[in-house]
Amino acid sequence: MTPAPDTAMVTADGLPLKLKLRQAERRKKLTAFLLVTPLLLFIIVTFVVPIFDMMRRSIDNPEIGEVLPRTTEALQAWDGRDLPPESVYAAFAADMVEGRENRTTGRVATRLNYEISGMRSAVNSTARRAARLEAPFKESLIETHARWGDPYTWQVIQRESGRFTASYYLSALDLRYDESGRITLQPEEQRIYLPLALRTFWLSGLVTVITLILGFPVAYMLATLPLRYSNLLMILVLLPFWTSLLVRTTSWIVILQSQGVFNDIVAFFFGEGARMQLMHNQIGTVIAMSHILLPFMILPLYSVMKTIPPGYMRAARSLGANPFTAFRRVYLPQTIPGIGAGALLVFILSIGYYITPALVGGRTGQLVGNLVAFHIQNSLNWGLAAALGTLLLGSVVILYFVYNRLIGIDNMKLG
Amino acid sequence: MMTPLPPYAGKLERAWHWFYRGFCALVFFFLIAPILVIIPLSFNAEPYFTFTREMLTFDPDGYSLRWYQDFFTSESWLRSVRNSFVIAISATMVATVLGTVAALGLARSYLPFRAALMGLLISPMIVPLIISAAGMYFFYSSIGLAQTFVGVILAHAALGTPFVVITVTATLIGFDYSLVRAAQSLGATPTYAFFKVIMPLITPGVISGALFAFITSFDEVVVVLFLAGVEQRTIPREMWSGIREHISPTILAVATILVAISIALLVTVELLRRRSARLRGLSS
Amino acid sequence: MTRARKTLIAIATAGTFAIGATALAQQSVSLTIVSWGGAYSASQQSAYHDPYMAENPHVRIITDDGSANALAGIRAQAQAGNVTWDLVDMLPSDAQVACDEGLLLEIDHDAMLAPAPDGTPASQDFLPGSLDGECFIPQIVYSTIISYNSTMFPADKQPNSITDFFDVENFPGQRAIQNRPGGNLEWALYADGVPLDEIYDVLRTPAGVERALAKLDTIKDHLVFWTEGAQAPQLLADREVAFATGYNGRMFSAAEEEGQPIRIIWDGQLVEWDGWVIPKGGNNIEAVLDYVRYATDTQRLADQAKYISYGPARASSAGMVSTHATLGIDMNPHMPTHPDNYQTPIVLDNEFWTDYGDELRERFSAWMLR
Repeated sequence: MTPAPDTAMVTADGLPLKLKLRQAERRKKLTAFLLVTPLLLFIIVTFVVPIFDMMRRSIDNPEIGEVLPRTTEALQAWDGRDLPPESVYAAFAADMVEGRENRTTGRVATRLNYEISGMRSAVNSTARRAARLEAPFKESLIETHARWGDPYTWQVIQRESGRFTASYYLSALDLRYDESGRITLQPEEQRIYLPLALRTFWLSGLVTVITLILGFPVAYMLATLPLRYSNLLMILVLLPFWTSLLVRTTSWIVILQSQGVFNDIVAFFFGEGARMQLMHNQIGTVIAMSHILLPFMILPLYSVMKTIPPGYMRAARSLGANPFTAFRRVYLPQTIPGIGAGALLVFILSIGYYITPALVGGRTGQLVGNLVAFHIQNSLNWGLAAALGTLLLGSVVILYFVYNRLIGIDNMKLG
Repeated sequence: MMTPLPPYAGKLERAWHWFYRGFCALVFFFLIAPILVIIPLSFNAEPYFTFTREMLTFDPDGYSLRWYQDFFTSESWLRSVRNSFVIAISATMVATVLGTVAALGLARSYLPFRAALMGLLISPMIVPLIISAAGMYFFYSSIGLAQTFVGVILAHAALGTPFVVITVTATLIGFDYSLVRAAQSLGATPTYAFFKVIMPLITPGVISGALFAFITSFDEVVVVLFLAGVEQRTIPREMWSGIREHISPTILAVATILVAISIALLVTVELLRRRSARLRGLSS
Repeated sequence: MTRARKTLIAIATAGTFAIGATALAQQSVSLTIVSWGGAYSASQQSAYHDPYMAENPHVRIITDDGSANALAGIRAQAQAGNVTWDLVDMLPSDAQVACDEGLLLEIDHDAMLAPAPDGTPASQDFLPGSLDGECFIPQIVYSTIISYNSTMFPADKQPNSITDFFDVENFPGQRAIQNRPGGNLEWALYADGVPLDEIYDVLRTPAGVERALAKLDTIKDHLVFWTEGAQAPQLLADREVAFATGYNGRMFSAAEEEGQPIRIIWDGQLVEWDGWVIPKGGNNIEAVLDYVRYATDTQRLADQAKYISYGPARASSAGMVSTHATLGIDMNPHMPTHPDNYQTPIVLDNEFWTDYGDELRERFSAWMLR
């Protein structure tokens, strides 16, 4: 037997080396992956699933289909003009009787009231009398409540009987269906979320610019001072960073309120009449947020500036550049990654802010986050809260990709 | 103290130099003053938030410990302290164990989908809290975890893991895995090699990650606002209702205690960071 | 030691054991009761919780100041199947929404609530209109009023009407109002000249809403918004604002108990009920019903009025309202229903707010943001 003309190297157990190496490689990858798996599962269950659940909720629309199944089916054949036929009314009356027994009509009442004001009592009062309704149901229902005689009511029920709805997103973008079913922008005085989004972006931008103006020179000083001084000054940056958000917000309330520390000083020098309104408005929100987010600007700037050799500036100067030119042309361009990181970090944190605006913001200092909380806890329109949350998340994800493109998430540094 | 002005500096440059220094001093003042201002006020003998005449003249009668006494004798505040520690310590343990193990995997460059996994695992840090809290509120409510300790602890652990992952991965950057193989070829079992070679290196990162996770949970209020019932109220939650309803100086006393805790944690993390840098042979 | 004395000790010891045994036999229960916080919760603590716990040592009552977000809490708990709130203090309009959604226990008033001392059944004893909700157990009549800090105006020029509240020229200063449309729209129309009994008819029309908001626009630059009941008296006491809308009982407490210079304007007071609801699916329904029977009987509702100036919802309690528990002042002149105060009231229309609440909250938010 002649040996095969195979020149491949073989390991001790007779397998080709290539294969063996590939096996080892695969095992290494598997081990690494197995180490990550527990956390991956944990984050998926405790964090990712809830976020997706919120997104689902923003289009979820079970109420009408579940509570009014007969009506939903009967309405499918309706052309949407004039009043629906008696079969629809009969189906609706039957649904109402069953819904009254199961106590489920309240859900439909709440859901329809988001679309047309006054539907809550129309549905609830009809449900209370449902068992006593008699054929012909068209007449007896219209007699029970005039709303059932309006074709628009039935158009809305037909439109919102599907499993999913766009209406929460429409509300979140200040859009609505007009009488003919087309999507239009709300009249200007009724718009809420677009102006609020604009304000949120504008205030976040303002806070970002303020923290950049305040943070840049400080980061520069920290990066250029000898270590024994800069370490000391660094504590002044890190202490606020480590101090509870509520503690810092409390401090600002104590300082800014009209009988507070700052106004007391003003009143001491300029008289009682000089007290200023610094809280319950945008001024308070911007000041407190700038303070709270300033460390998030300084730290990334500092870590980038730390890597810039001081020799470059000296070289530029010795070649005849004046200090400002040297700074602008040589130093500044090298800090761009730090500026980008700091600015995006501050901006992302700002647009999701909730606690500080809620406590010091007043009427004009509220942000989108406050309305998300409002719809969860007060108005109870969870679909709308979920839609607003999803839109906010979308803008954060976009910014995050920009951040990743510019800086890379691996470069995230803490303290 | 900083790089001195060169002797050839012009008038404009001198003026700029002093303006720059003054500006930085003001920013440092802006950073630190609001935190310090509440400390003396928490010793105010009067229920006001401003410096009384007695305080300004350092009259001992202007100062008192009554707000601290208030804090240490109030049932609801003490319950919130207990809750804060129970929740923060449990969440920290979960986050630290899961985060450290995952970081060991994430630090290897050959891990498949490494960037995507990293992005996913640190997402709790990037998603605005209000959105995380909303999602958790909806979901945890539907599976019966709202208004339970388990729910709050799981939520806080999820928020804390990114910090552990980041700090531990950072200590492993530049780590030479042939050291582990060397240990094994010299007869060490994998477990023994782990504890003798990797463990000493990552310990500072694990501890500072754990401290970050701890402070994240300890300070967190948005998730607690949504998820916690009256039995799970933490210190920040108690402060929140205090501020919303009626800011008594007791809140300033609590705030002062929290600032003291922050200082202690900050110093610990800083010492650990230096130790880690020394261990890895980087200049500190 | 004498034999008699020994016997006495023996009996006493046995007695103690016996009491201990009965207490053990009754399983200890802890009830979570949700209310509005501040002075109002304090009055419930003194009038209901403390005496009830003294009579029933096996019951422990935990209070939660969560009523401002009660509907959200009840919904979330029902959805999760984890009902931890045993009893919730709630407004009738929210209670009706929760009731219609099947989240609350329906109340059989005569079976579940104590009759009056003279035997009048509960359904006859509670004031007319208060028992309209199927799940609602009324406790008090309260009113939302406008108050002011008297030190912020000259002694000879104190405000005394809703019109003055809207007059920033003659009565300068910040005004604190709640961040919700309820009350604010009614007052705006009243100040704009709409007769009291036509307010809700006007508000049902889009033009009426515009008119109310236009009136509020005239003071918009002077407005601060509060969210929780306790904030309003605090803002007044801190001189952060000159006027504040708020609940009459809290203003009473701040003025009379804490001696703050706060005065109430009864003109246009907005009168409403407040009461208990029992979330379905709780673990302690029996214990809660026992508590509710006790806490809403004639004596307890009358006792409640010793601590805060809210009127009891039972006719039989009205005659028993006397003096404040610690201050000794007559409580009657501080009640919203006292004839001197009840001259120009607006009776809150719950049906209107159940129907138009969603839309008007949106409209009001939009207005606030602009």
